[in-house]
Formats: sequence, C-alpha cells, structure tokens
Amino acid sequence: MSGSDIILDVRGLKKHFPIRRGLLRRLSGQVRAVDGVSFSIRRGETLALVGESGCGKTTAARCILRAIPPSAGAVNFTIDGRTVDLATLPRRQLRPLRRHMQMVFQDPYSSLNPRMVVGDIIGEPLLINGMANRAERRARVTQLMELVQLPSAYFNRFPHAFSGGQRQRIGIARALALNPGLIVADEPVSALDVSVQAQILNLMLDLQDRLGLTYLFVAHDLSVVKHVSDRVAVMYVGRIVELAETETLYRRPLHPYTEALLSAAPTPVPGAISSRIVLEREIADPANPPPGCPFHPRCRYATDMCRSEVPQLQEVEPGRWVSCHRAGELGLAGVG
Amino acid sequence: MADPILSVRDLHTQFHGREGIVRAVDGVDFDVFEGRTLGVVGESGCGKSVTARSILGIVDRPGRVMGGQILLRPQGGGPPVDLATLPQAAMRRIRGPEIALVFQEPMASFSQHYTIGNQITEAILLHMGLGKRAARARAIELLDMVGVPQPDRRIDEYPFQLSGGLRQRVMIAMALACDPRVLIADEPTTALDVTTQAQILDLLRDLQQKRGLAIILITHDMGVIAEMAHDVAVMYLGRAVETGPVQDIFNRPRHPYTRALLRSIPTVMARPRTRLPTIEGSIPHPFDRPRGCAYHPRCSEKLGAVCETHEPPPIDTEHRQVRCFLHGGIPGAPPGTQP
Amino acid sequence: MAAPSDSERYAVATQWQLTWWRFRRHKLAMVSLVVVVLFYLLAVSADFLATSDPHETDARTSYIAPQPIHLFDDGAFRPYTYGLKGVRDVKTFKLIYTLDTSRKVYVEFFARGYRYSFLGIETDLHLLGLKDAGKGDGIHLLGTDLLGRDLWSRLMVATRVSLTIGLVGVSISLFLGVLLGGVSAIYGGWVDTVIQRGIEVVRSMPTIPLWLGLAAALPNDWSVTQIYFAITIIISLLAWTDLARVVRGKFLSLREEEFVMAAELAGAGQTRIIFHHMLPSFASHIIAAVSLALPAMIISETSLSFLGLGLRPPAISWGILLQDAQNIQTLALAPWLLFSAVPVILVILAFNFLGDGLRDAADPYG
Repeated sequence: MSGSDIILDVRGLKKHFPIRRGLLRRLSGQVRAVDGVSFSIRRGETLALVGESGCGKTTAARCILRAIPPSAGAVNFTIDGRTVDLATLPRRQLRPLRRHMQMVFQDPYSSLNPRMVVGDIIGEPLLINGMANRAERRARVTQLMELVQLPSAYFNRFPHAFSGGQRQRIGIARALALNPGLIVADEPVSALDVSVQAQILNLMLDLQDRLGLTYLFVAHDLSVVKHVSDRVAVMYVGRIVELAETETLYRRPLHPYTEALLSAAPTPVPGAISSRIVLEREIADPANPPPGCPFHPRCRYATDMCRSEVPQLQEVEPGRWVSCHRAGELGLAGVG
Repeated sequence: MADPILSVRDLHTQFHGREGIVRAVDGVDFDVFEGRTLGVVGESGCGKSVTARSILGIVDRPGRVMGGQILLRPQGGGPPVDLATLPQAAMRRIRGPEIALVFQEPMASFSQHYTIGNQITEAILLHMGLGKRAARARAIELLDMVGVPQPDRRIDEYPFQLSGGLRQRVMIAMALACDPRVLIADEPTTALDVTTQAQILDLLRDLQQKRGLAIILITHDMGVIAEMAHDVAVMYLGRAVETGPVQDIFNRPRHPYTRALLRSIPTVMARPRTRLPTIEGSIPHPFDRPRGCAYHPRCSEKLGAVCETHEPPPIDTEHRQVRCFLHGGIPGAPPGTQP
Repeated sequence: MAAPSDSERYAVATQWQLTWWRFRRHKLAMVSLVVVVLFYLLAVSADFLATSDPHETDARTSYIAPQPIHLFDDGAFRPYTYGLKGVRDVKTFKLIYTLDTSRKVYVEFFARGYRYSFLGIETDLHLLGLKDAGKGDGIHLLGTDLLGRDLWSRLMVATRVSLTIGLVGVSISLFLGVLLGGVSAIYGGWVDTVIQRGIEVVRSMPTIPLWLGLAAALPNDWSVTQIYFAITIIISLLAWTDLARVVRGKFLSLREEEFVMAAELAGAGQTRIIFHHMLPSFASHIIAAVSLALPAMIISETSLSFLGLGLRPPAISWGILLQDAQNIQTLALAPWLLFSAVPVILVILAFNFLGDGLRDAADPYG
C-alpha cells in the first residue's frame, strides 16, 4: 500500500470498559471490547469489519469517529493532505473535522429524530456547520434527496411516515450532506427486510462510484459483506484475526474462525449443508478472555502453543494478515 | 405421503383496532407432516408469526381467528379436531403435549424469578402426571438431550445466567417437555449469532430425526429455509402466495414474489461488489393493503388490470399451490388456460 | 389542490398533533380534561359565581340548610327562593332561622353584590343575586356554616386557592426537577451522585412531621399571602424529586439514542443537542408527569390545612373548609359541610385520569 492514498490508518486501537462493583464502585475488572486493532483504509475503497455480537466491531467504529473516546491507540485521518490523530485531538479541534467523516446507523427508527421533518434532518449537518443559508440548504437537501432516490416532495414529512428502507435512505442523505470523505456504516442493512436490503446495498455501491466515497462497513453478515466490500477484516473478541481482499478471504480463508463463519453462513441453496462446520461452545467473554489465542477453546486445530501464546496479526502474503500460529499450514475450506 | 398431522385451511386472523381492521392472516393453506419441516418464510408484516399464534390459540388482543380451519389429526387415528373452534380449556391440553412453541427471544419468554429447572418441571407436572422427583429427572434428561453441558448443575441456574445460545436450548427443552408431535419455532435463531445459529439448527434437525417431530419453522431467512425445510410456504401480506417442496420453490419458483425474493438475497457465493436485483418499492403498511393481488404494485410480471382488481385464487398442481394469475384463475377465462 | 388525504395528513403531523390524536381516543381522559378545564374556569371566576361575601359572618344565619332555588313561578321561568324568618325553639328557647315559605324572594341574574377585583378590574357583578332582599335573606345553595358564612361562596374561593396552590407548587417543583435532574444527567460523576443521594434523603423524610416543623416555624404575624407562598414552597421542596428522576432518566436514555449521536457526529454542540433534540423529546413526558404531580400537590395542601398546619383562617381553601367538618357534632348538625369533599375528589380523580391519558399518548411513536 502506498502511503499517499490512505485516508484512515488505525494503530493499536483499544477500548476498555471498567467493571465496577459494590457500594464504593471499586474497579473489579475490565471489558476489553477492543483490544489492539490495527488496519488502514485506502481512499475510495470499502473495508468491512466483520464479526459476531460482542466482538467489538461497533465499539471500534465508534472509537474511530470519536463518538466515544478510545482508551489507547492512534486513529490517523488524512484529509486535504493533512494527517491528524483523531484519538488524541482535543474536542475543540475535533469539531471542525467532523464534517469529513460521517456515520450511517443500524436502526432506521432510533437514528432519525421523530420530531423533525425529513428536510430538517438531512439539512441539520449543514445548519450546524453554518454551510449554507436557508435557501441554499433547501436546494442542497432537495439534491441529496434525489441522490438517494427519495421524492423531494417528502421534504415536510416526518420520519414516522416512512418505511425502514426509506428511513435508511434519509440517514444516508444526512451522512452525505457535508460531502464527507469517510463514511462509517454500522450494520446499515441488518434491520431491513430482505427485499429492501438489496436496494440499500446497491444505493451505497452507486453512491461510492459517483462520489468516490470511502466506506468502513461494519456488519455481522458475511453474505452482505461480500456484495459491498473490497477488503474484509474479521474480528473475534476485540481483535482482528484475519484481513484480506474479499475474494481471497472467502475463497481461501487462513484463520479457522473465518472458515467457521463462512461455513455457518446460511446459503439459499437446498441441500448445501453437508460440509458445515459447527463450532463448539460459546464466544469468549471479553471481560475474561482465555489465555493464549482467544479462539483456541472453539478451534478444532488448536495445539498446546495456541493455549499458551497469544498469536500476533502478521502479514503472511502481500495484503493478507492473519493472527494464527498455524496460518498457512492448515488447508482451510472457503466458499465461492 | 401419509396424512398430515396438522392441516391449515383458508386461515383468516384479523385485528380489529381503533384505526381499523388489519387482515394479518388472510387466506393461508398448508400441511405439516410427521418428521418433516415446513418452512414459513416472509418479510415483516407477512403474517407468519400471527399464523403460528393462531394455530396455538394465543393471538394477542384485539386479534381473532375469523375463519378457516386448523385441523389436528389425533394420535392413533380418529377424525381431526378443528383447533380454530376449540374452547380455551381444551386448547390448554393441546398446547404442550400436542403442539409446542419456541419463541424468537428466549430472554423474554422466561420468568426471571425461577430457575430453569422450576420452569421446565412446571410443564411436566402439569401435563405428564409425574412426581416431583421424576419430573426433575426428566428435566435433566431433557437438558442433556438439547446439549446443555452439565445439566444437573445448570438446572438450578436462572435464565440470566445463561448465554443466548444456551437459553434457546433450554427453551427448546421446555417445548419438548411434554413430548409434543408438532413444534412451532418462531424465528428461533434470529437473535443469535451465525455460529450459534448453526448449533441450534443442527440441534433441531437432530431432534427431528430422533423423535419424528413435525416442525413449523418460521423465519425471514431464505438461507435457513433452504437448509432446514422440506416444504415451504412463502407469505406476503397475510397470504401464502406459494407453497411446495423446498427443491421446487428454490429451483423452480412460480410466484413472481418468490422469484424476485430469491434473486435479491445476498450470498457468500456472489462475486465481490456485485449489485443485486431488487424488488421495487417497499412492503405496504397493513392498513394500506393494495386491492387485488397485494403484490401487484411491486410485481415486475404484472399481467394487467386483473391483478389490480381481483385476488388470485389458489391454483393447485401436484404438491404445489400458487396464488398468481400467471398460472391461471383469471375470472371469466376457461379453467386451466394459461395466458 | 384537493384536500390532503388521511395518510398525507399523518405524514406531516407533528408530535403534538399525533399526541392529541392519540389522547382523543382515551374517552375517560377526554372527560377528565373537560372537568379539569371547567374547574379552572370556575377558579378564575370564583368571585363572580359567589353569591355572598365568603368572609362575611352573621350569627343569625348560622347553620342554614342548603336552600333550593325554585325555577318556575306560576308556570313562568322566574327563579325564586324563600326569605328567612327567626323562630324561637320552644324547648331550648334559641332563635333559629328557617325558610319563610310565605315570602318569595326573586333571584336576579348578573346582580350587584360585594365588591371584588377580577383581573385587576374592580367590580361588584355576580352571576346570582336577590331582588329586593330583606335583612338576612340570601342564596345559600349549599347552606351555611357556624358563623353564617355561605358555603357555596366559600367553596368557590377555596377552589381558586387550592387549585392555584397546586399550579404554583408544580411550577416550582418543575423548575427544580428539570434543573437538578438535567444537571445530574448531563454532568454525571460526583454531581450526579450528590444530587441522587440528596433526592434519596429528601424522599426518606417522613412528610407529616417535617411539615409540622416547617409550618410551626412560619411566623404567626405573616399575612395570608405570605403563608400561602410559604406553604407552596414547602410542598414543592418535597415534590420535585419525582420530576427530577423522570428528567434524569429521560436524559440518560435519550443520550443513547442514535439520532442524538448523529447530531453530535455532525458537529452539534452540547446546547443544540440538549435544546433541539433532547428537551423536545421528553416535553410531553414532562407534561404527563406534571399532570400526575398536580393532584398530589392539591392533596398535600388540603391535608396540611385540614390538620391546621397549612393555610389558616381567615384564608379559605378546601382543607380549611373540611376542617370545619372535622367533628361529629358539627356533622350531625350540618351534614352539608361535608360537601366540600366533593370537588376535592372530583378534581383529584380527573387529574389522575388525565395524567394517565397523557402518559399513554406522550410517546406517539411507540
């Protein structure tokens, strides 16, 4: 990767939530929600952050946008030829940068203020940043509504009059209002019906092509991810276990967890389940992760080394990063 | 094929609210057979969950079953019983020993103040006429059967001490406590992660093979249907638009909605960054149910005015049923003619 | 353009419209709303509705039973009542005033009576009065008390006092509740801890002894108005805690809402988030909470005054009127004095149903 076209470079990002117990609220432990995550995103690409619930993908995304403060690490964001570390930037200096990075939320219901009309919701970022007067704002909002294929006649409607898919379009229009370079989409289609999911995914792809957007796409569904991303990072208990180009990762996974996830993803083909890998046990507890590789209690390839030593994320091939002691020696099954 | 255990015929369930009538289920037919899984699939508002609740007679107020039959064939033969007209007292003897339900959200379906042992044995004591000690032994046996590790210890734990996957296992154990013949699983894996979902689906399949359970699996996920179901009913806005064996539904879908739905599903097999074919528009609100065929405003294969004015009748062909004028039933046309 | 369709109207309906549509379906709450509005109208026009000066005593008219008004005289609408005459009781030799059925006194509408000030205007206009009244004649719709004061008139004025004491009290506790609840939620940390512990301390105080102490501490030479304000402040000092908790809870849950995070990520400052996104989101909940807090306030004042700890005569409030009906002897002699309890019950019930309806309608998106 050449340094010049990298928009976001995350290094050793950590977010630990304290667990307090008792009357005096003594610190009794920590949930290591995000525990040393590193990756970078090139301008114009889509990187998917994939994992099951509790793996820290949403927390990581929120730390990157400084919706919550990270515990440690660096989030180097490059905009207009200037690189700043969002993780340590004072709030005052952070606010003017916010317009370059926006978020699309998972829940199309709670993410729109029910007391504001659609036009005001989409125009709010413009208003806050003093980007336009009333008339200009109206014109820009109309343009944004057309961009996400919403009739601009709906300007004065309230969110309660819209379906989930339309609400998600409104959310996308709001995120686009300030022409951001980076959009973090947190499970943008997981709350939608199947027939609407495809519409939103296509819309996101079209917008990326037209506007040159960069997406950090957070999701749990590997099938959805396959349709939108250039590269995929798989997370397990606060860490990235594998990162690769989408096609490569699906076809030839190098981490046993990726293999299991791919195998567990339901496919709409009757009788296709013969080779399913069913993982034993449950996802490890991020407050009390097992020693060694956090995945070892569920891994069918685990050795003594996996039980005692924590594997590091290493580049095994150009552009392929895996965190597994046995990476490369296992012939793991992929799909597609 | 043997006689079905459960047959639903022209089921209608309506909610009479202050804002008007919602026809949540508006003409559904299907059969459920021993040892087979019927997958009921559809998007939000299609009435799949209300169908399940209608069968068990537990539709939330102000909903009511307004018409149709729910025929349960008793064990060892005899004329079928129509559950739609059965009084509540008699219904209570059906729920549990005959038909049991597994909910989507296992946390909400447990009482938080009793151990899981208490809650499983309650059903056993109520229906099976066992003593306390025997009921507990049976509960442990059930937990073991659904793959709960250390069942003799877990039985005394409270629901909040269990993970989502374990709770769903316990929920299944509870449903199986009285040895039902039909198990209705309403989105049993929607709240779970994929790897846990795989475990639970495995368990259901395994239990079915061992006990010859008839399963009605209600889900929005075509992938889960492909994996689990023998027969499929595709629902749209309260109506089963197409029913048939799983291979036929997936490989030769006949209803335009089924066809479009199958095309629009993202899969791990796809080439990266490929656009999916979509279904235009969104699902109408139940109050604004379109006239005629409810799917016509989104249909890409619409025939014309007839779809906007007339409801397509069910057209039966060997093991399959479809409600679409593309396959006949146009009023005025001679029977059997294809447009 | 044609009239907008139902769904179009629904699509552009504001939160308040949706809340109102939803509230309207709650029959009991709608009836209660009407009752509450009527009571407040009555409170505003208390002096106009009063038939005689509520403070004027007359030993001769002591304990007169409710005096009916006859609407028709000789088949024509000419409301009249009877005059009073003194009769010597043959056993006790006490002079008792009873109705003199031989003497009709005609009732007059918009009559002149005692002077009062209405919204700053001095007037003597009253809804009802007597034409050519003799000495001691009067309209005593609900009878009179020991000192011969007209209960109906006193009840009108008492309603005004008791209902406004509720409003003033609620306003003060609303201010304290929103301020302290909001501060508690927004600043968090030790500020939150201090306020929350403070609330717990206030809530754990036994109210009656506390009132006793505070009421005893009020100087005896204070005017009626001063006492009135002191009492409302005392009541609201205890009542704000509930509201503070509602406000704090709403703030905390709203902060987790994604639309609030969206505004924050768009670069909105604290002030805009609080005043533009958070406050409007729970304003309706606050109104519902207030309408449930009002009856509690009214009851507090009534009980305090009933116990002799709140307002004191010559002030008039529901509690003070009920105080007159305290002993059994009086009740046996003048059971109509107990009528003062009726408006208390009506208003409290109406407020509770109204509050219930508002609470159900408060979140029209749920």
